[in-house]
Formats: sequence, structure tokens, C-alpha cells
Amino acid sequence: MDVRGTGVVGGRFRLGTTLLGSIALLVVLLFSCSSASALPAFARKYGMPCSSCHEAWPKLSPFGQQFKDNGYQMGNDRDAPIFQNPSYWPVTFRITPQWHRESTNKAQVDGVDGVGADEAKVTTHGFDWSGLDFHTAGTLANNISFYVLPSSDNTGAFHFESVWARLDNIAGSSWLNVKFGKFELDNLLSEKRILTLTNVGGFYENYHFQPMVAPGVPEASYSFGIGDNQVGIEWMGHSKDDRTRVSASLLSSNDGTPGLPTSRGYDGFFAASQAFQLGSLGLQRVGGFAYIGEAPTYFQYTLNGTGIPGTGIGNKGFQRYGLIGMWYIKKFDITTMYFHGKDDATLATTLALTGAPPTPPTGAHSPTWNGALFESHYNFNPQLILINRYEMVRMSQQVFSTNPGNLGNVDTLTFGVRYYPFISSRAGFAYHGEYAISRIRGASPVTLTDLVSSSLLAGIDFDF
Amino acid sequence: MRRINFARIAVNVVLAAALPLAAGAQQMESHIGNLTGHSDAGRQLYFRYCWGCHGPHGNGMGENEPWVTPQPRNFVAAVFKCRSTPTGTLPLDSDLFNTLKRGFNFTNMPSWAALTDQNRADLVAFIKTFSPRWKSEKPGDPIQIPPEPTLTIGSIKHGQELFQKLECWKCHGQEGRGDGPSASTLTDSNDQPIRPYDFTSDNRSKCGRTNQDLYKIFMTGVDGTPMPSFADVVKPEDAWDLVHFLRTLQYNNPSPELTMWEGTPEGKAIVAAKRVKQTYTGSGVKP
Repeated sequence: MDVRGTGVVGGRFRLGTTLLGSIALLVVLLFSCSSASALPAFARKYGMPCSSCHEAWPKLSPFGQQFKDNGYQMGNDRDAPIFQNPSYWPVTFRITPQWHRESTNKAQVDGVDGVGADEAKVTTHGFDWSGLDFHTAGTLANNISFYVLPSSDNTGAFHFESVWARLDNIAGSSWLNVKFGKFELDNLLSEKRILTLTNVGGFYENYHFQPMVAPGVPEASYSFGIGDNQVGIEWMGHSKDDRTRVSASLLSSNDGTPGLPTSRGYDGFFAASQAFQLGSLGLQRVGGFAYIGEAPTYFQYTLNGTGIPGTGIGNKGFQRYGLIGMWYIKKFDITTMYFHGKDDATLATTLALTGAPPTPPTGAHSPTWNGALFESHYNFNPQLILINRYEMVRMSQQVFSTNPGNLGNVDTLTFGVRYYPFISSRAGFAYHGEYAISRIRGASPVTLTDLVSSSLLAGIDFDF
Repeated sequence: MRRINFARIAVNVVLAAALPLAAGAQQMESHIGNLTGHSDAGRQLYFRYCWGCHGPHGNGMGENEPWVTPQPRNFVAAVFKCRSTPTGTLPLDSDLFNTLKRGFNFTNMPSWAALTDQNRADLVAFIKTFSPRWKSEKPGDPIQIPPEPTLTIGSIKHGQELFQKLECWKCHGQEGRGDGPSASTLTDSNDQPIRPYDFTSDNRSKCGRTNQDLYKIFMTGVDGTPMPSFADVVKPEDAWDLVHFLRTLQYNNPSPELTMWEGTPEGKAIVAAKRVKQTYTGSGVKP
């Protein structure tokens, strides 16, 4: 599953595989646009500036979070489309023309005279553009909301990133909201509303990390990202003022892929958070989440040696847990997150699904790891925001004891700035600048040493 | 190709930072319980949340004003609908604070409950910088709300009589649907058409949901609208009777008053006759 809603690989752990190819391929895969963001369609509907719902779009403000949790409704009895001008059509698009520079210190290249494989530092730069998102979202009637998001990569290949309808405030209670379809998990730190756009810094490492099997052997075949939109049903409840939020989801175990391609398994995702006021500093929020999933390890039936979609069995489990805090000191805020992951040993060593049950290699362990994120912002005013993020992933149990203890460890540092020259209730426009660099221990394709990638981007991010 | 004008961008950045300073140069405070709001902090919030409708100068002429009905509040005039103070006087800080938290139904003004109490107190302080009235006048003394008397059929029936006697029906209609004979002629203080409250709409009134809120509306009036204060013509016990009767007009909104009213043959017949069954429109307003 893609990281930013494009159907192409944007995440570095995908790159853990992809980087073993060439940076040229990387460039093709770069820069799709975020799959959820500010929706000027809402701003137009309610006549409110972007800054009401977004501290800096696409990052939500507490008011915007409440609006979202309430089913894209203000609750002022003008939410139903029957109150809108009949010509109103809730559509928004977003795209980002840009210049960017990509560099990888050890990309795989042909050896001398085309013999064997070698590594080289590969750097490229030039003008480009992101993918395109078409957001359609809003209410179908009072307390019935929807979201349909066709999203493309920058070649114009579309897929559906979100497709859901939601029954809001069932029986008049804000604690009873049910969403059905493909949707973003109830992540407080929303990857779909990430403020950074580069290939290296445009996603959350911890949301997509999968451990390497061994030096030179990338992650297992199963694909999962807590930042990926998933398919299922979600119950969500919140207090009227949105200070307390809880949710639970039942999801198909296919990482949001359509057509039931793998198994008949189900996953669960649970999240809860509580906000509180701390004097004049602002609204603080703490919370936690857990994803309990499973994935198949082989196919029950094959045809001509190929697994028949939907017949994956031999499910093995994986878990992701996290604690998050969002701390505000007036115009400065910092989000802190602790992350823990664990994969079943068989699952972590299954490199391809076949028609036979896999046997985990001798000595294989269930890998575990811990992660941390620190993302800070300084919001000068609604028009200018500085962004900094540091993420790390540390393996606590390698798949094999013979692996280097730090194999696959990740560090990523990102700096960004967004300036919105105007704030209106019609469209969004931002000058975006960003630099991000990451290091994966032992992930270079030939020498199995550290892989360092960096991105530099200057672009114009706009939606209407 | 057009060159990027970095100097212009730099100026824009500076202006953006300075924009909030352009309005409300005077300092104000608000006091709500233990909270003290500060206008300088409220200024930042105003230029994040409010100016699109209320405008940079607080005169209700924001960029959305042409498309917003009713028009956004003009803070320069400092005339406020929902008060606990007598008509014509300034509201208490807590009145504005509660309005921000509650929002106004059937307008574009949402509830700002998601903000912190401090945020709302700061906004109240900043709103007060727009009008010189806040420097030259003090808020009125809040009206006293006597304890609500015991609900009786007699109270409801007396309220029904008062509804006729005070000619509430002229605007609100005999059935409380906001369609009285004068309804179409009403305008607000901006000379904009305004519709009387439809009690049958099953929605909260602008100034709150409780019986106390309804009582306050009679006694303070809704300044800036044709709804006058009845403080000089209605005794407190009469006002409570009127409250009890008005609750029976909310046919689809269960209340002790409606239950008691439907418990009488007269009330049951009236309510049954007025209830309309038709297709649900999805508006949230029950037919």
C-alpha cells in the first residue's frame, strides 16, 4: 500500500525494496499528493477560512478535528445539503508543482563494464509535479456524511484512496458514529494531513516500518502500514466538545487493497485520547492506539502455481501499539509518539506466498522494535508555520540472532516551512520548502552498509 | 517567465505577522468566573477563526458577508442578541462567552466549544475592542430569574392566553411556525429580512435550550431584531407560564410541558392536529 495515497510506493520502507534498484525509478515514484487535506469545498460551504479548521492546512486545529468527528458538520443546523445552493458541488482538488532534488548515497548500479553490481551515489534534480487528489466529501443529509477520494500518481493512474459513508450522531448521541468503507484509521497524528511532502519526509516512518529479514534481504511479503487507509467498519464516539475521543474498527486484513486479494482475515484497530486545558498554554491531548492484525502465509488453493486471490490462510499475527501526546505552548507545539511493533516469526520470514505452508527458518525470532517521533511546529500566525520532525526506529529483537543488532534501524530528520500568502474561504495556496534526510542501517543493496537518502523540495501546494 | 519577487514575499511575510496588529489597537480584558481574557491573545484567534465573516474591522463586512444570511454580527455597533442584561444595554462578558460556546443555529455561526475556555475569554476581550461603547458604557445589570414555578395545566393554559394577548402570534403564527401575518414584513437592524423563530422546527432557539434561556429572551428581548423585551409588561410568573406554553408548540421535541399538555383531551387534539407527517427531507428538521 502506498504511503500517501497514490498507488505508487512513496514510503522509504517500500524503498527498502525499491532503492535496491535505481534512483531513476525512485524519481518516477516520487511525489504524489496527500490523500486527505484541507477541503476548500467545506470552506465554501460554510464560508469559513481555511485557518478555522487548520492550524496550517492540512493539519487540523481542535475546531477542525471536532468538525471532522461530527461528520463534517458544524452542528448549526445548516449542515444538510438541502440548505445549500443547488449548484453547490462538494469537490476539491489538490496538486503540487515543484522542483526537487533527490540523493541516495548507495544506489545499486552495474559494475565496471556492466559486470556484477556496484554502488554509487546518485543525485538528480529538476522540475516535477505531484499526484492529484479529487476530494468529494460532505453530508448527504443531516447526520449522514461521506467521503470519496479518487487519487492519482503523477502519471495520472487513479485509484480510490477513500470510499466511505458514515452515520453520525446516531440516536442523537455524539458517542455513536459508524463509518463503513475505506478510510484513514483514527490516527491522531494523521499521515493524510502531514505537513511535509518530500519522498523522504512525506510520511511517518513508524507508521510503515517492517523489519528487514537479514542483511540484503528486505522485509517480508505481507504489506501493512498503520498510515494506509484500511477497509472496514469503524465505531467512533466523542464528547460534545471533542475533548474525549474513542474508536474501534474491524478491518479486512488486506491493507486497504480492493478485491479481497489475500485472505479472509480481519484486523482490529483501537484508539482513545483525552484533551485537557493547561492554563493559557492551549489544548493538550494524550492518547494511545493499538492495531492487532493478521496476514496469511500461504494460499489454500493455487492455479498453475499461482495463488487464487482470497484463499490466503495460515494467518499469523502482527501488532502495533503507540502512545501519543500533543503539547501546546501557545504558538509552539510538539507532538511526541512512542511506537512499538511486533511481527510473528513465520510472517516476518515469508518472502512470498506459495501453495504450501512455510516453515520459518531455524533460529527465526518474532522481530520487535520501538520507535519515537518528535514533531514540532511554530505557528507564527495562520499564514506561516515552521516544521521540524525527528523520527527513529530501533530494533529490539532481530529476526535472526546473527543479524547486526542495528540492522534496519532508521533515523529521519525533516525541516519544512509553509507560507500561505492568502487565507480565504475559497481556495488554498502555500509556498512549500522542505529538506529531509534519512539513514537506514545496513540497508544498502550491495555492501550492506548504511543507506542515506535525502530530499530537497520547493513547490507550490494548492487546492481549490 | 515571471521572476519570483523575493522582496515582495518578504514584505508579505512581515505584513502577515503584522496583520492582526492592524485592528483593535486598544487593550481590553474580559472576566468570566476565574478567567481573564486578554485582547492581544484574542486578536490572534480572531484573525484565525472569525474575520472571514465578521471582517478585519469587526463590522460584519468580512469577505463572506455577501453570502451569509443573516449578516454576520457587527461588533462596532455592539448590539448583541443573547444577553442576560436589559434591552439596549451591553451584555455581560459571560453572555458573549456562552454565545461563542453555543453558536447560533440556523446561521453560519458555529459552536466554538472545541476552543479552550481561555481562547473564548480572549476572543471576548478582543471583540470588545471594536466598539467605543465598551469604554463609555458598562454592561447592564443582569436580570433576575426567579425559580421556575411548578408546571401545571393552568400554567400552560395561562401561557396560551398570554400568547394571544401579547400578540406573539402576529409574528410567530398561531401554531408557532414563524409564519404569522407580520412575519414577511420583519427586518433586522441591518434592514435585512428576518424570520421569526419557528417553535415547531424542533431546534434549539438562538439563545439556548433551557427554560431559563427562553425566560431570558422575553425579559431581555433580542436586540437587533423585532423581538422586544417584555420586562415592563409581563410579570415573572406570567413569563414562566408563557415558557410552559411555548414548549407545547414544539410538537416533536419531548418535554414535560408537552407530555402534560398531551395528557389533556384538548391538548392531545391540538397537538395531533398540528403534527404533520410527510417525507423526511434530510435537513434534520422534523416535519
